[in-house]
Amino acid sequence: MLYKILAIVHKDIIAELRTKEMFSSMFVFALLVIVIFNFAFELRVANVKQVAPGVLWVAFTFAGMLGLNRSFILEKDKGCLEGLLLAPVDRSAIYFGKMLGNLIFMSVVEAIVLPIFWILFNPPLFSPALILVIVLGTVGFAGVGTLFSAIAVHTRAREVMLPILLFPIVVPLMIAAVKITGGLLDGQPLSEMRNWLNLLVGFDVIFLTVSYMTFEYVVEE
Amino acid sequence: MNTRSFAASNVLNGVTALAVLVALYLALVYAPPAANLVGAAQIAQRIFYFHVPSAWVGFLAFFVTFVASIAYLWKGGRHWDVLALSSVEIGLVFTTMVVTTGPLWAKPTWGVWWVWADPKLSTVAVLWLIYFAYLMLRNTVDDEARRARLAAVLGIVGFLDVPIVFGAVRWWGQGIAHPIVFGSGGLRGSPRMLSTFLFCLGAFTLLYVALLIQRVRLEGMRHEVEGLKLRIHES
Repeated sequence: MLYKILAIVHKDIIAELRTKEMFSSMFVFALLVIVIFNFAFELRVANVKQVAPGVLWVAFTFAGMLGLNRSFILEKDKGCLEGLLLAPVDRSAIYFGKMLGNLIFMSVVEAIVLPIFWILFNPPLFSPALILVIVLGTVGFAGVGTLFSAIAVHTRAREVMLPILLFPIVVPLMIAAVKITGGLLDGQPLSEMRNWLNLLVGFDVIFLTVSYMTFEYVVEE
Repeated sequence: MNTRSFAASNVLNGVTALAVLVALYLALVYAPPAANLVGAAQIAQRIFYFHVPSAWVGFLAFFVTFVASIAYLWKGGRHWDVLALSSVEIGLVFTTMVVTTGPLWAKPTWGVWWVWADPKLSTVAVLWLIYFAYLMLRNTVDDEARRARLAAVLGIVGFLDVPIVFGAVRWWGQGIAHPIVFGSGGLRGSPRMLSTFLFCLGAFTLLYVALLIQRVRLEGMRHEVEGLKLRIHES
């Protein structure tokens, strides 16, 4: 099972390394979000640090959306999805493989965007707790996002449908992630935000499980 | 639908129409004005008798969709899909009523139309977006079986999200909260208020059931017409 999942991840990484299409568009888009929000808020908000957590998460999720969109469109357009479904692997292996691939792409983009964000917004400190929050938030987003990416690719509107379906669902994830990020920037220890952390972990567990259970109905022909 | 159940559904429609009219009378005339409020806020309080039952019907409708979606994926059968779709459409109408009556009440009472920090308000707003997306999703999938499957997945995921949204907004906002009208620590509404409220709750639930039956029937007829059209083309 693990071997099959990794084989799918491997395939996605090789395909991406050949074109670097998805990665470069995600990266540039995340940068654009940060730059645009910086200008949009700087004029009216006295302390830009107040909006920094929100800007960071909007950049991450919007860029993630671009990646998720490509994730299944590539499979669908070249008929690869049929190939994957015909391959002797479990549907859940396909789900976890695609999900891990999306998670890796998002994480790489985040790892590059984060230092740039740091330079532009100059927040007070950097903590390992922040990495934990970003990982938890990204896992939840990629988890439910992979399911919705597979749903959206089967609709006529495709790219348009994904954000419309996905964003309402990830509202609680966004609230928790922005709240903890803001708290960490204000110097609060993570232990004071235990309930938010629980919410984040709960979201990840619930939606990874549900996505894993319903994925086969989405890709079934 | 045979003639017997057709007659039964007609009786139900009549009873529902009567119940809604009585509910209107109770809410606007019979129920006493709230003693602790004055002016516009006192008049706006009467919205409560329609606002809360609408919210209840909205949640009930989406819960029915949730159950029907699980049943569809588990057992199959077009009727589960029809039930899920019908319930979402009705639920969306009532949720729209909630988000329009809510601000109308909030403006004279809280002084603002909308407060994001209120968990119920924000939850209903997100709920509305999820189920509007549900209908959009259905409109963009051509294949019938696939449409039903994708919609069922969203019907399940969407409903599971509701309590999480509510929890998140409740921790997040420490702003204005919804008033507790009945029960401990509430405004202690009078018995007349309570009976009006309970009657409205019943009338709205009845209205939901009546609409659901008609909507499911309509879908069945639409399917029949499509089948007949197909047969005409073939012959």
